[in-house]
Amino acid sequence: MWQCRYSKMEGKTLPRYEFSPLGDSGVMVKLGEVIDQQTHEKVILFSEYLQEHPFPGMIESVPGFTTVTVYYDPITLFDPLDHMLPYDRAVAILEQMSQQISSTHSKEYRLVEIPVCYGGSFGPDLEVVANQNGLSIEEVISIHSTTEYLVYMIGFAPGFPYLGGMDERLATPRRSSPRLSIPMGSVGIGGLQTGIYSIESPGGWQIIGRTPLRLFQAGESSPSLLCAGDKVRFRPISEREYDNGEKVY
Amino acid sequence: MSIEVITPGLCTTVQDTGRFGFQQVGVSVSGGMDKQAVQIANMLVGNQQTDAVLELTMKGPSLLFHKDMLIAICGGDFKVTINNRSVLPNRAVWIRSGSILKFGLAKEGCRAYLAVAGGWDVPLVMGSRSTNLRGGFGGLAGRMLAAGDQLVQRSPGSFSQFLANQLAKRAGAAPFYQANWFIPSSTLVKNGEAVVRVIQGEQFADFSEKSRQSFFEQTYQVSPQSDRMGYRLTGPALELTQSMELISAAVTMGTIQVPPNGQPIILMADRQTIGGYPKIGYVPTIDLPIVAQLRPGEKIHFQEISLRDAQKELIERDSWMKAIKLGIEVTVGWR
Repeated sequence: MWQCRYSKMEGKTLPRYEFSPLGDSGVMVKLGEVIDQQTHEKVILFSEYLQEHPFPGMIESVPGFTTVTVYYDPITLFDPLDHMLPYDRAVAILEQMSQQISSTHSKEYRLVEIPVCYGGSFGPDLEVVANQNGLSIEEVISIHSTTEYLVYMIGFAPGFPYLGGMDERLATPRRSSPRLSIPMGSVGIGGLQTGIYSIESPGGWQIIGRTPLRLFQAGESSPSLLCAGDKVRFRPISEREYDNGEKVY
Repeated sequence: MSIEVITPGLCTTVQDTGRFGFQQVGVSVSGGMDKQAVQIANMLVGNQQTDAVLELTMKGPSLLFHKDMLIAICGGDFKVTINNRSVLPNRAVWIRSGSILKFGLAKEGCRAYLAVAGGWDVPLVMGSRSTNLRGGFGGLAGRMLAAGDQLVQRSPGSFSQFLANQLAKRAGAAPFYQANWFIPSSTLVKNGEAVVRVIQGEQFADFSEKSRQSFFEQTYQVSPQSDRMGYRLTGPALELTQSMELISAAVTMGTIQVPPNGQPIILMADRQTIGGYPKIGYVPTIDLPIVAQLRPGEKIHFQEISLRDAQKELIERDSWMKAIKLGIEVTVGWR
């Protein structure tokens, strides 16, 4: 149903990092000012490095558009011998780490293909998107499914991807009144964004189709189909293919 | 089978100290809202601090015990009876099979925790037994308890067994026996008004001087639209000096974000992993139990605390918790 392709993402020398506290158990590391490919690559490289080199007392890290937030346990980072503030110690460790990430460090990324049955009962707003933009339904599907999207981060709901790169010709305002319940797997457009509802949820996006893939499956090791840094491409499928579609990944 | 739910209460869920490591794929941390009460309840029955407990909200459940068990109740002050006789919180209680443990309404506070020796036996999902209500996983089938549900305890450790035997002996023929030692709880709000400390947030300076002043000088009220995800507050509107478009980034428990209507929201256990509203401040970990025990209508008065003092108090509390653990073990003659 979907395929993986591996390519190389070249590491960039990382300039200055900006650190700020997120409450008393987190450090937010800012790697750029705007949402773009370059900042995103820094975020992914730093995230990856933290995954591979967690420090004692580190709980977890969360990549954002321009930030990586690192959660830590202040108790573990406290040393009664020097009384250094746990936050200061966390920053010192992260600062040192930032120097380890050299230009030779690189990350492989995956291209994940997501089958989508566009229109019909799966995509009740497909026509709205077409009409609003003066396009035919076929044009909407074709534009939406030929773009390669970038997964900036996962959040909002378990497994929900923030995708970048939608063609502006498809931009459509959100519905004036949000739906109370949007089925899991629904593919929608909200303003300049496109995305997939990873779990059933209320929402105001224009729904243009649905994927039989499960984006989130509560489990032990990798519960989310997508990760920050992945690339995504949608592939149109028929209703019959949807019905036969693999529900799990 | 260990216990059976006769009536489930308002919102009773299985929780532990949280699900970590999956925020990067959008999974909320969840866990008990009042983590200190979770930890103390577990300590009282000889558990690990991370073992699963039941979280009760405002109105608790009635539970029929099909097994002799060692339990403890901590957190909010609920009316609690065993076979219609009053039981006190914050101590170990041995309860005989066939007894009915009944929780009424919360008298003070909002949430109580019921720990059982060994912890409640629900599957570990992504490293935690906490219920994620929105995602529908963890805990008991990812949902609140319902009438007829059955819960099982995991096998208790040697200290728990020692404690249970000791209390069972003292019980004689009685249906239950409660220890004559206890841990005083200190996070409950009196007179409906709490003082909650705040570390300045990233955008603190971007709020108008008047807003920054009212934030610390006026009181805010907990709105009825408050839940495990966040506490919505009502009070003087907080205004930015100029509107700002922030880039969404990670948020933590205690983050106080301010949406465009100016009414602050304190993010709690079931918060989303990512948020985009300006952050005026953070409730330090040490004060989160106070917020967790606030109920709709109660008032909050914010007071500033430095990051340094917040972390210092956290370290002190950790020593205090370790001392309590040792104190219990010495008191009952385990050490």
